[in-house]
Amino acid sequence: MRLKGKAHKFGDDINTDYIISGKYKFKTLDMSELARHVMEDLDPDFYKKIRPGDFIVAGRNFGCGSSREQAPLAIKHAGISAVIAGSFARIFYRNAINTGLPVIECDTSAIEPGDELEVDLEAGVLGNHTRNTEIRITPLPPVMLKILNDGGLVAHFRKYGGFHLD
Amino acid sequence: MGQTIIEKILSRKSGRKVQAGDIVVAKVDFVMGQDGTSPLAINAFREMGGRALFNPSRVALVIDHSAPSPTESVSNLHKLMRDFARETGCRLYDVGDGVCHQLMLESGVVGPGFLVIGADSHTCTYGALNAFATGVGSTDLAAAMISGQMWFKVPPTLKFVCHGELPPGVYSKDLILHLIGRVTADGATYMAVEFTGEAIRALSMEGRFTIANMAVEMGAKAGLMEADEKTMGWLARYTRREFAPAAPDPDAVYERVVEIDAAALEPQVARPHRVDNVVPLSEVGGLPVDEAVLGTCTNGRLEDLATAAAILRGRRVAPSVRFIVAPASRRVYLEALRDGTLETLVQAGAAVVTPGCGPCVGTHNGVPADGERVISTANRNFKGRMGNRNAEIYLASPASVAAAAVTGEITDPREFLK
Ligand code: SF4
Repeated sequence: MRLKGKAHKFGDDINTDYIISGKYKFKTLDMSELARHVMEDLDPDFYKKIRPGDFIVAGRNFGCGSSREQAPLAIKHAGISAVIAGSFARIFYRNAINTGLPVIECDTSAIEPGDELEVDLEAGVLGNHTRNTEIRITPLPPVMLKILNDGGLVAHFRKYGGFHLD
Repeated sequence: MGQTIIEKILSRKSGRKVQAGDIVVAKVDFVMGQDGTSPLAINAFREMGGRALFNPSRVALVIDHSAPSPTESVSNLHKLMRDFARETGCRLYDVGDGVCHQLMLESGVVGPGFLVIGADSHTCTYGALNAFATGVGSTDLAAAMISGQMWFKVPPTLKFVCHGELPPGVYSKDLILHLIGRVTADGATYMAVEFTGEAIRALSMEGRFTIANMAVEMGAKAGLMEADEKTMGWLARYTRREFAPAAPDPDAVYERVVEIDAAALEPQVARPHRVDNVVPLSEVGGLPVDEAVLGTCTNGRLEDLATAAAILRGRRVAPSVRFIVAPASRRVYLEALRDGTLETLVQAGAAVVTPGCGPCVGTHNGVPADGERVISTANRNFKGRMGNRNAEIYLASPASVAAAAVTGEITDPREFLK
């Protein structure tokens, strides 16, 4: 999987309430509606700034807080191709893979807002075209790669009728 | 090599001896979803081709986050859950029954050695009953509803040894806030934690639930405790089932051990907008508050309401404060009605709302105004958590919340216990 886009940068400990506020997530299952409110409490205009394929880049512990799957779904439906962060909170990490949103763990300190990035998931490298640098990314555990390659857990279950991870 | 609590439970549930780092597919004993997560799970269940639940008596859906419904769109999602429960035969807890976690504890479906998943991050609460209980998202919930299984990476364990006993006026909430402040919001990411030591053993089960509840606020997958006579005595009130507790081996391997002296602790608060922004309450004493909230899955049990009532008895809530009380469940509500706790709170000026999540998550029941400050017994103080990004939330114990409700400012509750 190769992904290309611009970096939108956020800090450490971005919680799921910031990604999509509780006051919206309970209201609807319409993900394109939720997508309009993504990151709204941190940047009210964020949704308008996204071009399809762009990346969210953050520091440590991205996605901490609640178990809401609306968080990765809202990000995905807003047109973001992957989240790149120093580390992820575990429920968000699982939910992202289950819903088919790639999550990439690496040192993000040298990525600046607006940098043009390209990610090669199989090769495990992130190229920063603006700065002409390459960053190694932590490979996904094989179980997660399998689910992601199947297109998420729903597709995995459709294919095998249950867990088939060996 | 010895095993931690979580390694033992995951070994039993996967049928082979495992250790941290292994990937397992394990059998789950119980599966729970709430109204913020179940509608998506129901969709995923259908998309996965699910027709029946793996076992309807081991699945429960709870309507608690926006209950009763504040809008028509929420009402429609609630209806979707009710229809699904009727169709599949799973248990449905409806408006007024209480917060999902309290209901799981009270219904006797969780016990020592069990593996439970819930589509809510505070599912870790049941770790106080020596169960491996963890939060997942909606798609995982759907997968478990169909298969009765879930995959896990066996996590390493961080152990807290809490020496001494908490002094009067200092509660389990103060202890867990202090521990989160100490290891930070991602100090236990991808790990399980075990809470042990004299201070934990001395706590009531209610007090232990508060601690396990907040394990996720340090990033943990589970917050586990050993089962003792108190655990078994508490369970006996709710179920006649037999359980097989999982005790850690003496030579279990821990990722890290953190020791603290609970006897030296004073009341704590988490300041906005992070749960790990913890300081002794004395550092922020005197800050005016506009709203005080008592309730939630962290601190909405009878013991919590009674602690607050002891401070509010014969006193009035300050005119500048709205004091909102949400009992954690219908059962708690009834018990507090019968023993006079609620009468004391209401007489003092409390507004009691439906058992459930109430104001905790910003859906309704007490959204603060711009620039307002809230003191709450909840577990999260993120910006916007209560529905207004321009408000501040301080987290504290039920006693500290009651003290602030009386004086209108953040106040050391020990002043009322003299
Ligand atoms: S009371 Fe608050 S933290 Fe607990 S389950 Fe409800 S919304 Fe979540």
